[in-house]
Amino acid sequence: MLEIKNLHVDLEEEEKTILKGVDLTVEAGKVHAIMGPNGSGKSTLSYVLSGRDGYEVTEGSATLEGEDILEMEPEERAAAGLFLAFQYPVEIPGVGNMTFMRTALNAQRKARGEEEMSAADFLKLVREKAATLKMSNDMLKRPVNVGFSGGEKKRNEILQMAVLEPKMCILDETDSGLDVDAMKLVSEGVNALRDEGRGFLVITHYQRLLDHIKPDVVHIMADGKIIKTGGPELALEVEKNGYTDLLGEVA
Amino acid sequence: MALPQAKQDATEARLSAVTLPQGAGWLMQLREAAIARVREMGLPTARDEYWKFTKPDTLVQADAPEAALFDEGEAPIFDRIDRLKVVFVDGVFDAEASDDLSLEGLSIERLSDVAQADIHWAKELYGSLEERGQDPVHRPLAALNTALAEDGVVIHVTGKVSKPVNLIYHHKSTSSDAILHHVIKLDAGADLTVLENGPAAARFNKVMEVDVADGAAFHHVRTQGRDHERRAATHIFARVGKESAFKTFTLTANGVLTRNECVVEMVGDNGVAHVAGACVGDGDFHHDDTVFVTHDAQNCESRQVFKKVLRNGAKGIFQGKILVKPDAQKTDGYQISQSLLLDGDSEFNAKPELEIYADDVACSHGSTSGAIDEDALYYLRARGVPKAIATDMLTLSFLAEAVEEIENEGLRDEITERLEGWLERRRG
Repeated sequence: MLEIKNLHVDLEEEEKTILKGVDLTVEAGKVHAIMGPNGSGKSTLSYVLSGRDGYEVTEGSATLEGEDILEMEPEERAAAGLFLAFQYPVEIPGVGNMTFMRTALNAQRKARGEEEMSAADFLKLVREKAATLKMSNDMLKRPVNVGFSGGEKKRNEILQMAVLEPKMCILDETDSGLDVDAMKLVSEGVNALRDEGRGFLVITHYQRLLDHIKPDVVHIMADGKIIKTGGPELALEVEKNGYTDLLGEVA
Repeated sequence: MALPQAKQDATEARLSAVTLPQGAGWLMQLREAAIARVREMGLPTARDEYWKFTKPDTLVQADAPEAALFDEGEAPIFDRIDRLKVVFVDGVFDAEASDDLSLEGLSIERLSDVAQADIHWAKELYGSLEERGQDPVHRPLAALNTALAEDGVVIHVTGKVSKPVNLIYHHKSTSSDAILHHVIKLDAGADLTVLENGPAAARFNKVMEVDVADGAAFHHVRTQGRDHERRAATHIFARVGKESAFKTFTLTANGVLTRNECVVEMVGDNGVAHVAGACVGDGDFHHDDTVFVTHDAQNCESRQVFKKVLRNGAKGIFQGKILVKPDAQKTDGYQISQSLLLDGDSEFNAKPELEIYADDVACSHGSTSGAIDEDALYYLRARGVPKAIATDMLTLSFLAEAVEEIENEGLRDEITERLEGWLERRRG
């Protein structure tokens, strides 16, 4: 599904290399987790994959179902099936949440040469998905993320994911700022989307999210590289001993 | 104080080219008084503080610069709204194109008819709010209008009016120089909405005086359209009584030179005045909103909300003032002016002013100038919205705060639709 090879990335504004040769393959139907200390390059990886400005790929490649995504505009990556659940979802005053999601969905469909979804069908779809995430009508009507609590913003991310039905989902620190109940709701939302045809890359600092979203593979990232890959037990090891031991072991 | 010689010469040169329109004695007196005001103040020049950002020369000069006619292919705004149409072509009332001017709760007359009457109630109002509005800042083009206007509507509102009065302008001569003066008097408890739209003339000088008596409500929604070469100087003078409401919104799209002044005086307790504007300019565009709200009564609320979207070297100006007089306690004044600059060539100048002499008031003001929010743009694009559409969505959301000042949902939707159309036509 997602294949990242020897990815090197610099910051555009300053002479700084963030990613120093990332190799990673996420297969369809699998959940991969990336864990790592702050500053290891986890979020940068999610930004580079989704097409945020400010980064320069100096070496390596990233493909989604064989297609080079690094050359695509962010909206083309989305239409190709890539989705990033933001660590800090952006507030957009004046743009209604429903309008936003419908515009996004129909833009993606149009880009893929599919028919646009009617307003009625869309409403039905959103209401159904929102109910499972316990999102009120009011949250759907309000401007995007404006006045939402931290947990509501994250639920809104998962709602968008459910509505857009991407092939490859990247979750960037989705657990940050969530209390236990919100984490449960969000995780259930993610688990409901687990599917044979869909890949997940879950980026997190802590193991606790992985209690709810069970990964197939766990990678440890440090200093811009994947330094260790293993099964779910690797996450438990981090939880128990912290990153220091792992980092020392590799060094 | 004597005027500078250059200003005096320019003013005399301009006035020597005009002859006062004929009319009954009461109106001639008012016209002559207005000409005297113009002489005393002098016509504006680029050196005046109040005209620092907008060159007045083409508005002042004797002949109107030519302006190409605008292809009105698109259906005019407000066509879907049930309203009473009053049509002017190049500044002259067109009876055939207008509706029958009778509507319950008001009387509408032409200024040119009123001008012939021996005695008329408009005598008390015509030019009087304009004259009051000359202090402390001179607005000589408005006084010139009072002196020279031959046409316009004179409306007396006695009750709640069931549908809006729509003043519709048409521009059919490339050199027309239209001067219209509207006078609107709302009795206590009366309620009227006035809509204005359409390109009026090559050059347009318009004054609207609105007297809102106690407990009355006046709503005004106006669009200044795509007649790109128009030059316009418009003034609204409003006096707002006790527990009454005055709300005006203007959408301006394009235009090489537009100066909209709005002068509001709050004279009764618990009154409300909202002055709002959204403008979108592309290229050779110059738009100036100049607003002056005076609080001279207690517990009144005023809002000034102005949003400008500028691209390809377009220029926007906002000069807004809130003056709170010593006895205007519990005043709630708000003023915001913001520009969204879609490129580095465009320019926004703002001069927000507060002058407060009462001690128990809440007044706030702010002015910002910025580009499209990159984080929001990335967020929308990451969800699949193409850059051009995402930019338009954010632009509309920027304008929304001003558009939301319009109370009527149907009118709000009309305005939003026009803004969407304007953006869509420019989508790269």
